[in-house]
Amino acid sequence: MDAIIENLPRFVDGFLMTLRLLLVSGVGALVIGTLIATMRISPVPALRGFATVYTEVLRNTPLTLVLFFCAFVLPYLGIRLDYATFATIGLTLYTSPFVAEALRSGINGIPVGQAEAARALGMRFGQTVGLVVLPQAVRMVIPPLINVLIALTKNTSVAAGFAVLELVAVSRQVIQFNGNATIPILVAVAIFYLLITVPLGQLAGHLERRTAVLR
Amino acid sequence: MTSVLYDAPGPKTRRLSLIFSIIAGVLIAGGLVALVMFLAAPRVNAGGVEQPGMLDPSRWDILLDRAMWRAIGRGLTATVQMAGVAAVLALAFGILVSTARTAQSRFIRIPAIVLVEFFRGMPVLLMMLFILLVFSTGAFWAGVGALALYNGAVIGEALRAGIASLPRGQRESGLALGFTPLQTRFRIEFPQAFRQMLPIIIAQLVVLLKDTSLAYIIGYQELLNIGLKQGPTTFGSQYLFTFFFVVWAVYLAVNLLLSWLARFVARRTAAGAKGGRRSRKAARVIAQLGGAGVSGASAPLTGDDPPRSGG
Repeated sequence: MDAIIENLPRFVDGFLMTLRLLLVSGVGALVIGTLIATMRISPVPALRGFATVYTEVLRNTPLTLVLFFCAFVLPYLGIRLDYATFATIGLTLYTSPFVAEALRSGINGIPVGQAEAARALGMRFGQTVGLVVLPQAVRMVIPPLINVLIALTKNTSVAAGFAVLELVAVSRQVIQFNGNATIPILVAVAIFYLLITVPLGQLAGHLERRTAVLR
Repeated sequence: MTSVLYDAPGPKTRRLSLIFSIIAGVLIAGGLVALVMFLAAPRVNAGGVEQPGMLDPSRWDILLDRAMWRAIGRGLTATVQMAGVAAVLALAFGILVSTARTAQSRFIRIPAIVLVEFFRGMPVLLMMLFILLVFSTGAFWAGVGALALYNGAVIGEALRAGIASLPRGQRESGLALGFTPLQTRFRIEFPQAFRQMLPIIIAQLVVLLKDTSLAYIIGYQELLNIGLKQGPTTFGSQYLFTFFFVVWAVYLAVNLLLSWLARFVARRTAAGAKGGRRSRKAARVIAQLGGAGVSGASAPLTGDDPPRSGG
């Protein structure tokens, strides 16, 4: 216990770094993911093909490899940034196809009859999409998106292997000097993660239940 | 879906769409050309010495070197070994967990729920570290243990969803025939649930295979470690980029093969006569499970694609 209290500032620093990775790459992945999802359903074949390849390739590449590319291959190619930025870029890239898939399946999940009914009522494209399809799609999409963010939270831990001082890396350092307190330290780190993931999970479950009634 | 949203395009729209298509194509091609030129440009290292670009033959001649492929083979073997052992244990743990979670006694059910939620919510790397440091098992078993626990919890949830989606009559008729509840579970419910959830289980095995690369961080000698850490050290650092490409290609090949298998199985099971409605219900249950992968998120099932826990 002493080891944790003594090193609390370092754990808080690590926690803040984890949060920073989560927030920045979460926002980045949402932006890129939305772009990719739009490309994926667009009528332009070239964009569709690009989005499909992008999704398939990144989803089948281990996150460790993506982060390795950002942390070691990019500098090798002459790009100089600090490791936290590299890790953010890697996490953003890795998470974006999952965001895109969540969005796409949300839109695909709207029964075709909804759009048909809107068209039959004489609504134009903008009205059909803006008033009928999107409001439903957003509801369907939010719980899976939150699940993507939960996974991203856990994924930030991989940055520990690439010179970023976030929670897991801090715990490794602290353990080096407090070998007898290994279990409490790791449990403390686990609690820090639960501080992020449990509320997010509750939110997802809550939204899931609320939207489930609508259908 | 999209075709429902607007009228069939007239000549003007078709022309516009063609123009957009060409512009997009040119932009993408331009991006690729810029990337290739960036890679091919010669580098100047810290000492001011100019080195050949990434596409120079002197950086790729290693592809003809047997020793390199032997090293990659060794790495892949180690990766597959870890994935194989972890997959078997994960399946066993998944079956155990789903049985416990659906037990009638609350004293079994509630601890099982807590355990599953805990394992699903923890970063796999943290679990590996925990096993490595607390039980001093060595990197291999630390990796196997963490992967088995995490993926076992996810697979257990999938199996539970599969059982939940079976018609009630299956269990009832099993009990009516005089099977004990446990016999009913293992001889009647599990075989059906397993078959129905097979695409999801295979998709999770892809996640597991990808996650073996996390063991690189705790020092296990697998594909990433041997290819990207030891390779450039042994053969010369000018080959780093080449090694990265080779390792990437190997991972992609193995994972795409498994994903393709999952899709194939999904189509086979979906084609089953009565499977349709039931598997859709199961898909909904699975989508609600949420949580998902260490490294990703569960997308709800859309017909063509099993959900991926990212990983």
